Amino acid sequence: MHFFNYRLVIFSLVTIFGIVFSIPSFLQTDDGKKISLGLDLQGGLHMLLGVKTQKAVEGKIKSIAATVKYFSDKESILIEDIKIEKDYMSFILLDSDEVLKIDEMLAEIKGLDINKSADLIYTIKLTPVEIDIVKDMAVGQAVETIRNRLDQFGLAEPSVTRQGKTDIVVELPGIKTPQEEQHARELIAKPANLELMEVDELKSDQVYTLTDEEAKELGDIILEETGNPQVKYLVKQIPILTGTEVVDAKVAFDQQTNQPIINFTLSSFGAKVFGDFTAKSVGKRLAVVLDGKVFSAPSIRERIGGGSGQISGNFTVNEAGNVAIALRSGALPAPIVMLEKRSVGPSLGADSIKASMIALIAGFVLVVVFMIVYYGIAGIVANIALITNIFIIIAIMAMFGATLTLPGMAGIVLTVGMAVDANVIISERIRELLKEGKSIHKAIEDGYKNAMSAILDANITTLLVAVILYAYGTGPIKGFAITISIGILASMITAILGTHGIYEALMPKIMRDKNLKKWFGVK
Amino acid sequence: MEIFKSDKTYDFMGRRLPFLGFSAILVIASFVLLFTKGLNLGIDFSGGTLIQVQYTKPAPINDIRDILSKNSAFEKGVVTKFGSDEEIIIKIPTSSTSLGKDIGDEVREILKPTGEYEIRRVDMVGPKVGNALQEKGLMALSLALVMILIYVSFRFEWRFAIASILALIHDVSIALGAIVLFNIDVNLDILAAILTILGYSLNDTIIVFDRIREGVKTSKENHLDIVVNESVSKTLSRTTLTSLTTFFVVLTLYLFGGEIINGFSFTLLVGIIVGTYSSIFIAASFLVQLNFSIENYRNAEAEKEKRQKEKDRIRSQFEQGMV
Repeated sequence: MHFFNYRLVIFSLVTIFGIVFSIPSFLQTDDGKKISLGLDLQGGLHMLLGVKTQKAVEGKIKSIAATVKYFSDKESILIEDIKIEKDYMSFILLDSDEVLKIDEMLAEIKGLDINKSADLIYTIKLTPVEIDIVKDMAVGQAVETIRNRLDQFGLAEPSVTRQGKTDIVVELPGIKTPQEEQHARELIAKPANLELMEVDELKSDQVYTLTDEEAKELGDIILEETGNPQVKYLVKQIPILTGTEVVDAKVAFDQQTNQPIINFTLSSFGAKVFGDFTAKSVGKRLAVVLDGKVFSAPSIRERIGGGSGQISGNFTVNEAGNVAIALRSGALPAPIVMLEKRSVGPSLGADSIKASMIALIAGFVLVVVFMIVYYGIAGIVANIALITNIFIIIAIMAMFGATLTLPGMAGIVLTVGMAVDANVIISERIRELLKEGKSIHKAIEDGYKNAMSAILDANITTLLVAVILYAYGTGPIKGFAITISIGILASMITAILGTHGIYEALMPKIMRDKNLKKWFGVK
Repeated sequence: MEIFKSDKTYDFMGRRLPFLGFSAILVIASFVLLFTKGLNLGIDFSGGTLIQVQYTKPAPINDIRDILSKNSAFEKGVVTKFGSDEEIIIKIPTSSTSLGKDIGDEVREILKPTGEYEIRRVDMVGPKVGNALQEKGLMALSLALVMILIYVSFRFEWRFAIASILALIHDVSIALGAIVLFNIDVNLDILAAILTILGYSLNDTIIVFDRIREGVKTSKENHLDIVVNESVSKTLSRTTLTSLTTFFVVLTLYLFGGEIINGFSFTLLVGIIVGTYSSIFIAASFLVQLNFSIENYRNAEAEKEKRQKEKDRIRSQFEQGMV
């Protein structure tokens, strides 16, 4: 009667859509949107990292102290007892005439909670709002820093995204070997906190007798030499400069020892601070401190302009490269810890793909054959809907750039089993009506009508569960929920609308043929 | 082809007590297993490290155990075969927070004397993440049950909702019992499998209940037992058929899908069998046990219809009045 009924037209359009948009994924062409494989299928490293944001607050306090120190030195304001504690810094202003100048300078720094006592002891904290801002920025900056470092590491498509308040998700699909993975992790973890510090020459001879507490009382800290923990240095607690002023860092080789070293260049502000400091500190030693370890402490012979310096230590070429990358891309504002790691080797991923493809094909063939044996041509119609369903799942996933994971593959396999359900329900209804003696046309129409409420209720409840899985699942499980959900929704179109359209188009033929055994598998 | 004659009515409800009894035994046995032996929580929920190693020759498990036991950090490590003789899994209850050199790197080094191997997978879950995942998992499970309860109450009647939830608890408990019995590590994928069983078994139950609802409305019978028997019998071939196709694909997944998703597909296999059984023999029995009354339901439906008609009448009067 109506060969081109609206149901068949919609079904055909959907089928064309499914085929066209799933081609890039099947053939893995370069153009077009395609499904990307999850890390569990292609191999790679997934990490959930936590940022110790409290440390960023401490770092901020430290940099405020450095600013106060630089300013007072430059303006020749006498201050004393400058100290850094966990969440505040303090100093004593000796000259009450300078209160205005100091206050003006401090007013320029945002978010400070300044407490000034009658005898001019300044205690400076961060306001709660500022603490939140600092913590938030620390995570943002850590994401940026890690991204920069990984970009320079030269891996394909590293992905670094923030998750929640303090966490960062890092995904590295290109990792091939555990060695490479460890290298990448070390690069990410490198704090790269460069500090140029002044050795406290006056008290330096006491370095082996002082405790950390006593050193702190003097406004100093005790640092070990890298690779040589017995050698200790007493340096001023407030750094002259920090790594934030480094604009470039490169690996070079020492002319005499042929050891790898790192040459760094400072910003113009950094160069000025450095120049001022070296000019007035001739004869003193300058400690080059990286991540809390002294790498070298040369004596200053003259003012150093130009703003460049070098770090030498017993680096391997690899280490030196890491330090240089880390310095270039900036220091981590706070230490980073690993909360979760999933690492899959490429060979395991390939095995998983192979295994799940075999399962998919075997399951598919079983279902298809079974449907034909049981239902005859009605089974073929259901199988057409099933095939379209698989195309649509892949096409929609490709359109949204979704990732196919191993549980996602399992979801598709499961969908193959469940998607024929709607057609089973409908076909059973049609058979029932045929047995009651209804005409073929009436049996098909009423079969669809009667089956509708059952199919809807059953699919909606399954969909509810899938949505909950998506909302509460992580990573690969989300993939499972996605494929199941798309499969269910697609089956509504393919199994209900599509097969109905096919029957309508074939109706004249069925009516003429009247062979119920052939068409519906019943006598 | 036909498996069941669709015009034949089987007397399920007449034999419901033996089936309910059988189910009760299974559920109680499962609970006993759950509370005595307990679930074997995998690293996703308990935190820890899992390392999958593939050797080029059969893995020297005893050597590996020896080496691990000599190192205080790994003495609690458990080594098991994984799928083949060459492949093993090492599970260590601790994890490291340092990004630099982690447990995986250390194990890689100390295993060096045991032969030629490739580290194929390292999963490490910190305790904080494990706890969060545990909470999320429980939340997902309870939320799913509540949503189902609401939806089924809304679409059917509260007794249908209670009966379907009871059937679900029945299915999930037995599946969990099987997980304990077969010592399967409970990780995120098992949670996904349990939730899938929830959805799948509910799907089955709903189809049967839909038919009962239809039977109650259209059948001339006033006896609930008979209406239920008719409805379950009429949906019997659909229930078995869909279960069969799904069972086929999950079986292929179990046989060919690889060791990693074995726990997942095994759980699904159990779930499909139990879910199908409960949809046919148990879910509707609960409905009968809950004293679902055909008469009241019909009266309520008639009342609803009457009210709808009344509304329509008033509306048409109102519209005519406006014209």
